[in-house]
Amino acid sequence: MSVLEVPVLSVKQLNKQYGNGCSTCNYMKLGKVTKNYCHECGTVYACRGVTFDLHHGEVLGIVGESGSGKSTLMKSLYFDEEVTDGDMYVAGFEDGKKNLFMESAQKKRFVRNHLMGKVYQNPILGLKMNFSSIGNIAEKLISAGNRHVGSMETRGAELLEAVNIPIHRMKEEPRNFSGGMQQRVQIAKALSNNPPILLLDEVTTGLDLSVQASVLDLIKGLQRDLNISIVLVSHDLGVIRMLADRTLVMLEGKVIEQGLTDQILEDPQHSYTQQLVHSLL
Amino acid sequence: MNKTYNFAFFDEGSKREIRRATLKAIAIPGYQVPFASREMPIGRGWGTGGLQLTLSLIGKDDVLKVIDQGSDESVNAVNIKKLVSDTTGVRTTESTADASLIQSRHRVPEVPLQRDQILILQVPLPEPLRNFEPSEQETKKLHAEREYSGAWLMLFEQIMKYGIMATDADHPVMVHDRYVMAPSPIPRFDNAKLDDSEALILLGAGREKKVYALPPYTNVSSLAFDDYAFEIESFTNHACILCGSNDLFLDELVDGESGETYFQCNDTSNCLEMVNQKQISGVK
Repeated sequence: MSVLEVPVLSVKQLNKQYGNGCSTCNYMKLGKVTKNYCHECGTVYACRGVTFDLHHGEVLGIVGESGSGKSTLMKSLYFDEEVTDGDMYVAGFEDGKKNLFMESAQKKRFVRNHLMGKVYQNPILGLKMNFSSIGNIAEKLISAGNRHVGSMETRGAELLEAVNIPIHRMKEEPRNFSGGMQQRVQIAKALSNNPPILLLDEVTTGLDLSVQASVLDLIKGLQRDLNISIVLVSHDLGVIRMLADRTLVMLEGKVIEQGLTDQILEDPQHSYTQQLVHSLL
Repeated sequence: MNKTYNFAFFDEGSKREIRRATLKAIAIPGYQVPFASREMPIGRGWGTGGLQLTLSLIGKDDVLKVIDQGSDESVNAVNIKKLVSDTTGVRTTESTADASLIQSRHRVPEVPLQRDQILILQVPLPEPLRNFEPSEQETKKLHAEREYSGAWLMLFEQIMKYGIMATDADHPVMVHDRYVMAPSPIPRFDNAKLDDSEALILLGAGREKKVYALPPYTNVSSLAFDDYAFEIESFTNHACILCGSNDLFLDELVDGESGETYFQCNDTSNCLEMVNQKQISGVK
């Protein structure tokens, strides 16, 4: 690794709040909030000063309890939600020098369509359930500028094969599929235009153990073969242990601890992380 | 002429509001301009969008033609013609060349339009992305960001399912390389007539409260893929049973008694003119 290597994705001081805030809670550090909620005005501080870098070919795990801001962070990174403030730089866009959160909606869409892929926890959010599976994959390719049916069909079939969906079912709508299959179609869609950054939001939550294992296997394999960078959100430490090189621990919207995954799991420093690791069955 | 109503049925304020929307629509080709669609003496979905445009534009010197799917004599066309001429006293015609204002449902006339004519199309569903995205708020964003993957995706799905682009009518078009537009349910055969048209084309959706326009000489191209070209309906080896034309849009009809199928021009007034012309030259 060269000393001068630029991160693929760099996030600085990302803040996301729901609500306007009031004089009681306005000052981030001094304000009075219970957990991340203000009793005066009902404002929720979902992400508070989240900062991290994602390097080439790295898997970055994010753990934390429900409501700790993991999913909000992922939504912000994929521009599903507008952030309150903060910076985000992507290596493939303007040499990673422009803050993407300040760019126009078109530029954001370009980055989303060309440089990113996302797998949502709930397949309904990531797939069009009444379009065919191959159509879902084509959607991503079309938005990246492809206008050739033949090449999109070949690419789609190739990807569905890679995620173990039988080719004879590729023209079927994902609503006919089981949860695990839907999740795999989502992964195929996210990978369709070889994005350098893949965002995975609780991909295995709610799947049974054997399907979980095959989805994890698939992600690991793809990551090794294609050398993509992944941000992986999960509250399952087993998943994190298996996939993530480095891990952030979030609590009440803040990153409370970060480091190599082994280090976090073997020698947790923050009391919440200690509790989390000890409650691992 | 019925004097109980103001000229052209509407009060002047209503006409001005519709004209204002129309002007904006002409200024931004292919962009759907919302307007305050009025209650009409006919039901929404029966051509109220087109009728409101007609009533707001018509003047005493205009000559009106109304077509309903190629026919001048269907109930809808006749009733709209009656309403307009009753409240304005303008002359109506069946000849495309004579008309200055042509209101049409689902067809562009076969006779090429001239520069001093205005074609008004009735539109049931103005939003080309509606089947892809049900929310109006979202489709507005997609138009603003020129994000039209959805339009192509719908065509892709048809190719996956049927092997061809299976839009019978209302095949989406790209207007001046900016807005994707629903051309109203005209057959694909008519899409080419929109491109570089000499006449002003206005489209009105009364129920959906939208007006949009193609000013003269606007580039209009039908959406297609690199390896699946846009194709119009073909009537090879068929000709109109009445006038013998084989290069126009034909309807396939079934003879009730013999059960045989035959073809006939969809544009009735043009067909009649062709037949008359033939008879005149036959007499010579």
